[in-house]
This record gives sequence, C-alpha cells and structure tokens, in this order.
Amino acid sequence: MASLIGYYSLIFGFCFSFLIIFFSIKNFRDSNFFDSKLISLSFLQFFFVTISFLGLIISFVNSDFSNETVFNHSHTTKPLFYKISGTWGNHEGSLLLWLLVLTLFIFLFLLRSKNQTKQYRILTLLFQQIIIIGFFIFVIKTSSPFNFIFPIPNEGLGLNPILQDPALAIHPPILYLGYVGSSIIFSSTLAATSLNYISREWAHHIKQWVLISWVFLTIGILLGSIWAYYELGWGGFWFWDPVENVSLMPWLALTTLFHCILVLEKRLILTSWVVVLSIATFTLSMCGTFLVRSGILNSVHTFANDPERGLFILIFLFCLIFLSIFIFFFFHKVKTKNINSIFWFSKDASILINNWFMMYFLSVILIGTTYPIFLEVITSQKISVGPPFYNKLIVPFLIPFLLIMTIGPKLKWIKSDLKDKSYLILSLIFSLIFSILIIKNLNTSFLANTILITSAFYLFFSTLREFFKKRLLNLSQNIAHFGFSLLILSILFNNIFSTEIITNMKIGETFENKNFKINFVRVEKKDEQNFKSIIGKFNIENSNGNIEILRPELRIYNQPNIMTSEADIKTNLLNDQFMTMNLVQNQDYFNIRYQIKPFMVWIWLSVLLITFGALITLFRSKYEN
Amino acid sequence: MYGRKVKFRFLFVLLILLTLFLSVFLILKSLEENVVYFQSPSEIKILSEIENKKIRVGGMVKINSIAMQAKEVKFIITDFKNEINVIYSGVVPNLFTEGKGVVAEGYLKDKNFFLATKILAKHDENYMPPEVKAALKEE
Repeated sequence: MASLIGYYSLIFGFCFSFLIIFFSIKNFRDSNFFDSKLISLSFLQFFFVTISFLGLIISFVNSDFSNETVFNHSHTTKPLFYKISGTWGNHEGSLLLWLLVLTLFIFLFLLRSKNQTKQYRILTLLFQQIIIIGFFIFVIKTSSPFNFIFPIPNEGLGLNPILQDPALAIHPPILYLGYVGSSIIFSSTLAATSLNYISREWAHHIKQWVLISWVFLTIGILLGSIWAYYELGWGGFWFWDPVENVSLMPWLALTTLFHCILVLEKRLILTSWVVVLSIATFTLSMCGTFLVRSGILNSVHTFANDPERGLFILIFLFCLIFLSIFIFFFFHKVKTKNINSIFWFSKDASILINNWFMMYFLSVILIGTTYPIFLEVITSQKISVGPPFYNKLIVPFLIPFLLIMTIGPKLKWIKSDLKDKSYLILSLIFSLIFSILIIKNLNTSFLANTILITSAFYLFFSTLREFFKKRLLNLSQNIAHFGFSLLILSILFNNIFSTEIITNMKIGETFENKNFKINFVRVEKKDEQNFKSIIGKFNIENSNGNIEILRPELRIYNQPNIMTSEADIKTNLLNDQFMTMNLVQNQDYFNIRYQIKPFMVWIWLSVLLITFGALITLFRSKYEN
Repeated sequence: MYGRKVKFRFLFVLLILLTLFLSVFLILKSLEENVVYFQSPSEIKILSEIENKKIRVGGMVKINSIAMQAKEVKFIITDFKNEINVIYSGVVPNLFTEGKGVVAEGYLKDKNFFLATKILAKHDENYMPPEVKAALKEE
C-alpha cells in the first residue's frame, strides 16, 4: 500500500515539473514581479517527493516484501534503525533521496532569494527543473524503487552487514546534501551568466550556498572516512580508493570555488573562473554518481551493475555539460571595464596561485581515478593506481601550497608591500628549527620530512599567533586554516609514528617482540538480534609494563551470511590503539592486526575545526543580511 | 611595440601552458612507475620472463587450499585452468574464503609462486573477478 502511494506521488511530483516550467516561462515573459505561485508549486513538488520517500521508508519499516527494493535490501530480523537506513542503502532508494534533496534545495532557494531579481530567480528555477526532470526520468524509468514482485516472498535478502553501522546510516544523506547542494550553485551560475547578472552582490548571495554544500560535503566525507577506519579494518583514514577520490574531487572544486567567490565578492575579478568552477563542481558530483552507481568502480557503493543506468547518467551528464558550455561561451560577457591586472604580491594573487595548486591536485586525482577505466576500455588491460602514485604527485606540492596559504592571508587585497612582514620570516625560521628538533631523532628520510613538517608548522604557528592578537580580523578563516595545518600535521605524524603488528594466533598463544607482548586470552560467544558475535580478549603489555585489554569482535550475520570484523579502538588524545581479528574458514588460527596510530583523533577533530570555521562564515553572512 | 596588457596576457597564457605541460608530464611519468597490472594465473603461465614488478593476481581461492601458520597464510589461486601458489603474511579480509573470489597484490617469485603483500578486501559476498567469470562461462 505504502509503495503504491509512494509510486503515484512520485509521478505527481514529476507532473509538477511541467507545471512549474509552464508557469515560469509565462511569468518570465508576462509579468514584472515574481509569481509566488511558483514557490507554492515548488513546495508541492517537494511535498510529493517527500511523500514518495516516506512511502518507501514505511515499506522498509513494515518489511513489505512485495516491493522489490525492500526484498533485495531488507530482512525482518534487522534492527529498526537499519531498516530505515536501508532505504538509502541501495541504488533505487538513494536516487530517490537525490531527487528529494534536489527539490528541497530549489524550494529553499526560492524562499531565500527574495531580494534577487525576478528573471534570475525564474531562470535558476528553470535550470534546476531540467536537472530534476532528468532525475525523475532516471528514477521512474530505470530504477524505480516501487517495483512489485509476485509471488510475494516471505523473507528479504538483507542489507550488506558492513552498511549496518550508525556512521554509514547517516553518511549518504549528508553527503548527498553536499553533492546536490552544488546543483543550486550550478543552476544559479548558469542563470546569472545568461542574464549577465554576475556582480559582487551576487557573489555574496551565492557564497551561502557554496558554504552550505561545502559543510555537508566535508562532514559526509569525514563520516565515510571514520567508518572506513573502524569498519573495514584497513587501519587508516584514506586509501585513495576510487570511490573516495570521486568524493574528494567535487570537494576540491568546491573549496577552490569558495575562495574564488571571496575574490569576486571583493574585487569583481575572476568571473569566468567562478563560472567554470561552479560548472565543474556539479559535473564532478554527477560524474561521481555515475562512476559509483554504474558499477564501473567496484566498491561497496556499487549496488547494481545495470548498464542502462550508467548509460542514462552518462547521456544526461553530457547534455548538462553541453548546455553549460553553450551558455558559458555564448552568454558570458567579461565586464571589460572591471579588468584590473593582478599584482603578484597581494591576497588575490596568492589565492589564484593556490587555486592553481588545487586544480593540479584535482587533475592528478581525476587522471589517477579514470585512467584505469579508459585503459581497460581501450586495451582491455586491467591496472590499478595505488597510494604511491598520489603520494608522490601530491605531497611535494603541499609544501609551496602551505607556504602560500600562510603568507596569503597576511597580505592586503589588490596590492601589498613588504612592510611589517619580518615576523613571517622569523616564524619560518622558528618552524624550521622546531621541525628539525622533532625529526632528528627519528630514522625517517630527514630532508623531505623536515621541509614538509616545517611548512605545516609554519601555517600552524602563524595562524596560532593570530588568535592571540587583540583585533582578530578574520576569525573564521583563521580557524579553518588553523584546522588545515593541524590536519596536515596529524596526518604526517600519523604516518611517521604508526606501528603495526600482523600475526596469526591460536587461542591462548602469546606473541612477543621487543616492544609488545600480546596474549590471546580467550573468546566469548554471544547471540544478537541478527548476528552471532565472537569477542576476543587480548592482553597487551608494552615495554613499560602497562597492560591494556582489547576486545575485537567478529560478527557472523544471519542474512546475508557474511562475517565482519569490528575493530576495538582505544582512543586517547595522543594515539589510538586499534585491533581487529579475523577467522578464516576451517582454520584454528585467528588473523590479528594490532596498530598504534598516533594523533588519529586529531585528524577527525581538525576536519571538524575546518568545518566550524566555514559555519562561522555562514552564520556571519546570514547575520549581515 | 605591444602594450603592457598584451604582454601580461601573453605571460599569463605561457605560465598556464607551462604548468599544464609540467603536470601532465609528471602525472604520466609516475603513472608509468606506479601502475599495478592485473593478471590471471593463466596469463602468468604464458609470461616469457618474470619481472620484479608489483602485480595483482585474481581468481578463486581453491577449495581446501588454505593453510594457516603463525607467520603466514598459504593458499592457491585458480582460474580453473591454471593455478598459482600464494604465500602471504598480513591482514586477511573478512570475505577471504575458499571457493570465493580473491585479488592478491605482490611479486612473482616464479611462475608457480607468488609472494603477496596485500589481499584486497571485497565488500560483496558475490564478488567474482571478471576474468574468473569469463573463465567459468567458457566451461
């Protein structure tokens, strides 16, 4: 029943697209004022999509197995929370969520753009409707979540157990808010370009939307990363896995876009660049959806390998790119009287240089991710591009990037001079000495690490210094940049100081090396709602004689019958102790991994700090309005 | 002869092209060095020489072939035509089971022995390397 209502309200929502297009064109031609009917229509469209989404959730909660999606991804013994999160833990449901967020954002946009011109608002609505229609057709035609199956099965197939996790339950909606949020930036940039509407006021208005989607995208990526850390047992936070890269690319584009918009808001230069970046951000989000959903990249996100779906997104993507290129070339007029050459020693120049670096990072990731795909299509050779590729190409360029990130904010807009800049050199020397002191006692490659850590400390100290100033000019920027330096430092120290032991042990055995003694005490068995759990008990004695007890867990899910490892992690401010165990079929040995990962918690905290900086800017600009 | 603006523009375009070339060069060069090729046991059998380069081997874990010891795991990867012995010490993923698909990354010792440095976790219980799927279809 719920599925039926869901299906019909989805169709209703689709019909509203045409109503909206009809009335907006009429309004665009005939009237001087924005017709508030359009807001109501957008709300109704959003409302119907919400009903449809709720219908799907109810089908999941009630385990209505006459619905094919529910049958494929749910099970009666699953806890309620994961029944609900299962709604978007599959291809069909997650696309419905895309659609929901698309309609939500355009409705919010119309509400929040009352002081913009009528034409601009209508055109943005129209462009957004094009995207919405594309997704409606996609959902209804190729991946309807409301297909019936007959005869009705008694039991569902269950949700992949590694998705049954709190962080991953909220990861997709939040990531989608970020991805789809960039659609508003895309539509409004196209609208502003066609109307020649780009101005400093426009930059100020669009900045909020950029920040909103940036914040959601960042938190979405963070959640995914935390999940991969404790659930996949890979013992790290970033693996340069294609699905991770695919989310990092729009993030880089969005971050670059944000900084460009700041320049645009101040000086009305770089307009073309802003347009290109807005288009790129949304295109990359769509590309990400395409690569992940089409089954080209093999990962936990690949729910279905239906070539028709991949083809549809690809065609739709090309149409959107073509449309935006068309608008960009034929409508975009550079306001010639506003061209001011950029002086090399100014805030604008440093932002532009770092934009360049960001674009370089973006292209490295783009090529590394897509090259294997193209190679396979062309030569049918299978290759993979791993972390060494990215580390080698990205890490060295972080050094100038960090240096410019330190110096840039200290400069003035338009033109700066060298007066009162001696402290910059002093703090550079200070950071250099500081890093040499840290690195010299370690047997890692001295030169590379020293330079890298120096530049990170440089940013760290100079942002830290700002906090103690009496008049803090730009708190949010300083917090965000401080967070970034903290992130880089934690990642570096995490890499340098991590230790790891991997061994196979039987119950009762003891492993010993010069630093640790690991004693596998026993295992306990427990029955939970939809899995059996085996919990190991390990005593770990370090060289100082401190004993720590860790209890990694193995879960054997009933439906589908899959085993997962749950890491036991003891976190404190200095380091994480991380342990997983695994049992291979028919063997008495357990595969044990024990790691000490320093500053792990600081990686998460620093990302939160950066997000906090962005939030302050967001609320401040709201307050100013 | 030319105005300042033209010179500035020219420099700008030159700079863009230069960085573009540099980055493409860098990327292609490290791609060459860091790419890992994927091969099936049958492809390894017909190799003319064994290079000391990291590769990936994919196939199914042969039934009753896993032998675990304290330091290492030994098993056999098969594509139902040819097989290869793998020696591995490291983390074993959850879905590493006899009769299921596996991808191992590491170095070839000779045509029959593979020293794995990593076994890749696949997230889906029904995952099967494409080569194996193709091999199974032929039978």
